[in-house]
Amino acid sequence: MDDLLAEFLTEATESLDVIDLELVKFEREPNNAAILSNIFRLVHTIKGTCGFLGLPRLETLAHAAETLMGKYRDGAAVTPAGVPLILRTIDRIKEIVVALGVSGVEPAGQDDDLIALLLALAEGGKTIEIAPPVVAHVPRDPEDLVFHEDAAAEEMPCDVEFGPLPGCVSLDELERAFREAPGPDDIPPPPPLEPLIERRSGDRRAASDSQGDAVESKDGGARNQTIRVAVETLEKLMTTASELVLTRNQLLDILRRTGQSDFKTALQRLSNVTAELQENVLQTRMQPIGGAWQKLPRIVRDLGCELDKKIELEMHGGDTELDRQVLELIRDPLTHMVRNSADHGLESTADRIRAGKPETGTIKLSAYHEGGSIVIEIADDGKGLDATKIRAKAAAQGLATEGELDAMTPGEINKFIFRAGFSTAASVTSVSGRGVGMDVVRTNIELIGGAVDVKSTPGAGTNFRIKIPLTLAIIPALIVSSGGQRFAIPQLSVVELVRVREGSAYAIETIHDTQVLRLRRRLLPLVQLDALFGIGGEGGGARERAGDRVVVVAQSGHQTFGMIVDGVFHTEEIVVKPMPSMLRELGLFSGNTILGDGSVIMIVDPTGVMATLGQGVADATPEKQEETDKGSVEEISSLLLFRSGNGGAKAVPLSLITRLEDIEIDRIERCNGRDVVQYRGTLMPLIYLDEEVEPGRKSRPVLVFTDEERSMGIAVDEIVDIVEQRLDIEIMTDRPGRLGSAIIAGRATEIIDVAHYLPQAFDDWLAHKEQRLIESRRRLLFIDDSAFFRNMLSPLLTAAGYAVTLAASAEEALELRSRGAAFDLIVSDLEMPGMDGIALARTIRSDATWRETPLIALSSHRSQAVIARTREAGFADYVGKFDREGLIETLKGFSPCLEEAA
Amino acid sequence: MSTARDGRIGATEFVTAMVGRQMFGFAIDRVRDVFVPEGVTPVPLAPTEIAGLINLRGRIVTLIDLHARLGIETVAGRRNAMAVGIDHRGESFGLLIDHVGQVVKVEPNEWERAPANLDPRWAAICLGVRRTSDRLMLAFDIDRMLDERLPSRAA
Repeated sequence: MDDLLAEFLTEATESLDVIDLELVKFEREPNNAAILSNIFRLVHTIKGTCGFLGLPRLETLAHAAETLMGKYRDGAAVTPAGVPLILRTIDRIKEIVVALGVSGVEPAGQDDDLIALLLALAEGGKTIEIAPPVVAHVPRDPEDLVFHEDAAAEEMPCDVEFGPLPGCVSLDELERAFREAPGPDDIPPPPPLEPLIERRSGDRRAASDSQGDAVESKDGGARNQTIRVAVETLEKLMTTASELVLTRNQLLDILRRTGQSDFKTALQRLSNVTAELQENVLQTRMQPIGGAWQKLPRIVRDLGCELDKKIELEMHGGDTELDRQVLELIRDPLTHMVRNSADHGLESTADRIRAGKPETGTIKLSAYHEGGSIVIEIADDGKGLDATKIRAKAAAQGLATEGELDAMTPGEINKFIFRAGFSTAASVTSVSGRGVGMDVVRTNIELIGGAVDVKSTPGAGTNFRIKIPLTLAIIPALIVSSGGQRFAIPQLSVVELVRVREGSAYAIETIHDTQVLRLRRRLLPLVQLDALFGIGGEGGGARERAGDRVVVVAQSGHQTFGMIVDGVFHTEEIVVKPMPSMLRELGLFSGNTILGDGSVIMIVDPTGVMATLGQGVADATPEKQEETDKGSVEEISSLLLFRSGNGGAKAVPLSLITRLEDIEIDRIERCNGRDVVQYRGTLMPLIYLDEEVEPGRKSRPVLVFTDEERSMGIAVDEIVDIVEQRLDIEIMTDRPGRLGSAIIAGRATEIIDVAHYLPQAFDDWLAHKEQRLIESRRRLLFIDDSAFFRNMLSPLLTAAGYAVTLAASAEEALELRSRGAAFDLIVSDLEMPGMDGIALARTIRSDATWRETPLIALSSHRSQAVIARTREAGFADYVGKFDREGLIETLKGFSPCLEEAA
Repeated sequence: MSTARDGRIGATEFVTAMVGRQMFGFAIDRVRDVFVPEGVTPVPLAPTEIAGLINLRGRIVTLIDLHARLGIETVAGRRNAMAVGIDHRGESFGLLIDHVGQVVKVEPNEWERAPANLDPRWAAICLGVRRTSDRLMLAFDIDRMLDERLPSRAA
């Protein structure tokens, strides 16, 4: 009984949500029979189950609602009072269901008020009985009905009265209701509902099947595409998969250290399978975001009535999936924001008409994927934010001085609405304006590593944009050391890393007892992690250390600060494990994780660390927020901007640079006709991008590129910035050493081709490689339509010892084939305009010339289906586009020694 | 569940362990395993009773230092050499002990109430006392100890 009741509660809650949604739609389209039938069916199921479980109060209520809806379905006109009344009934049912969930028994209470109203309406409607057959009728098996009634009678506890229900319908009438309620057999083709709802009802149907629901027990097994699994089971599965990932990492770690190659192939496969498993398990945690939206149409409808506004809620992308955990956390902020839009955003109907706008205000809710994140937008076509009012309020609350406010753009001023206690609503309504507003929303969103931004056009509307991570379970994190311990810092909040040293361009300075870093004309407050944590010896901010240290510049919300650590190791995908409950209130850690070597480390919570800095933390310059919004993460690259010579801005992908150094001019020596500098015990050749050396400087910044034990420095005039943005090379160039030009940070910027300079630094750079890797120096054809990827990966592949030939399209590759070029390996992108990777692979496999050449697919998609398709097309392996190490490893797997062994 | 608030003890088999000079008994149905903690990660700013976290076959285990928790003196060289693994409300804990003893069978009528003048920290975790010829064994109230909120060292 307990299990049954629990299942009923879950099912009823879901059904009630759907009913809510459908009723709101029905109110607008009272003639849509499909919607009505769906509602009828859901209410009917609830009623049936209640009877079965012996829940008389629920049953009676559902029954009365059903009676009224039965009348509507039979053709009675839908009166304006009808739908709100049913909504009230549904609300009452919800209340009872909630109480039932808490106590396990129906709460005491009377529903005669509602029932009387429902029945009165039903009676009133009876006079217009027409009953046009709208839906195709499939006669129900009468046995179902009999069984159902019997079961109900038998299971009913004796003390519950099963007498004539208020507003009881005759068995005939009931039977007719059954007959006319579309059974599941009517579903395909499904009624024109939103996909989400079809799916939901699909779930529900599957569940009721297993329960042996009399109404739907005749369902075939073929339609059982979903099963209900306890969340706990999924969580356990997730933990197990995480453990497997850790074990895999451990194995990879051992392999790296011992260099044993016997296991390499098997391990590679294990690695792939593990990644797939992890992805699939993560998938089970995914739920359509529509789940968090389900209640919104009802809320908006009620708000519309309350505020006397006409509001239309549009929802797009409700099937966008995200992690269940994230979904739960985003639900309340979303609801709040939609309420806000309805209350503050949209004008009153009179104002709208006066402004020449359509009477009905629109709130548009949309969700879509963008890189590894989900973007949710809440847009209204209302009056927009009132920057003047916000400005006045900000000044009144002392959030900024008049001078500061003068310097701000309206966009920046609008962001004040996310500050605590900030509400511009002139009056407090029951809906909003109580001072707990957008700051709570912002805090909640930031808690899950998201960001919220607002754009507003006066008179035309406001657009809120929330960006949240897909999942919280696995995150990329930076592993750092501090006070002899390792810690993980979520990559999401890391803005940049700055190496600091006494006397160098970046040095930690002290104002009173506070440590700060001057970074691009701004003072960054610093916190020394080991001192904060009280680890690593005597502690205290005054402790100085001779060696280099690193400042991890982190952003939390709108604030930027730096954490001083002793060293930075690498970035790793970590599986977040929750903090033990007795340590949760520490506030400085968001969880812990197990590293590849099996050790446990704490995950630093930048928000918590920042809180220890107290007030007065500088606001982040808006530039960063603007940038993070552009483009998708996948295609975003970090670029180092610098100046050199008299040309304009130049940039190079940050990933290629090993280090940035400031080298004094007098340390530069001339040797063998070229400039060199002593660097870490070896001579490092210096390359100048432009011939003329700026005179009269003591030192100049050098970008250091290291490949194994060799380093090369490119001397530049000034390092300008590090930006993260999508790189679109707009103008290609033939000039050696330049990849082309792109717009970066709003300026035309030349992109430097590092590969061009490597041979300049060492005549034998390639020869040196060649000699060392003579056996493995293999001819590799790399096909990718993106110039950026071609140029980013080709130095990498060259450095790894391959003779790389580039092709910008499948057609170009095939032309090479027809010209008789031969390769040992082919790496191809999958998504290309014209002939794509799959088609290319098929073409190559169909012809003897290149048939034996191993093909490796490169793609940003990692779905199983895509991988299967690539294998089927003839690719030997599959590597993620951004997994550079994985690519090199995979390529090594196709090295000649292995092939011979095979 | 072996613990009862009125002092009556349901379980009959106990794993004994030494912490300092005191012998404790852990109801055997609550003990998941006994292990040697290795690679302990200290948690900065955690209460002193929390010795740190370890990875025990993929599970994160919180180690509790009973010396610190109960103010037990260290007997030379043996401190916290092993841990008794306990599951409590879905989380894993390791209670650090100096060394593990054996499994003893105790009849319910052998238990006596904790003396009234016992240190309150001890009284809170003591289900009962059993006298043997040479020493006293304290039955450990695991749930009570783990449910108690510890004061944080963080300012």
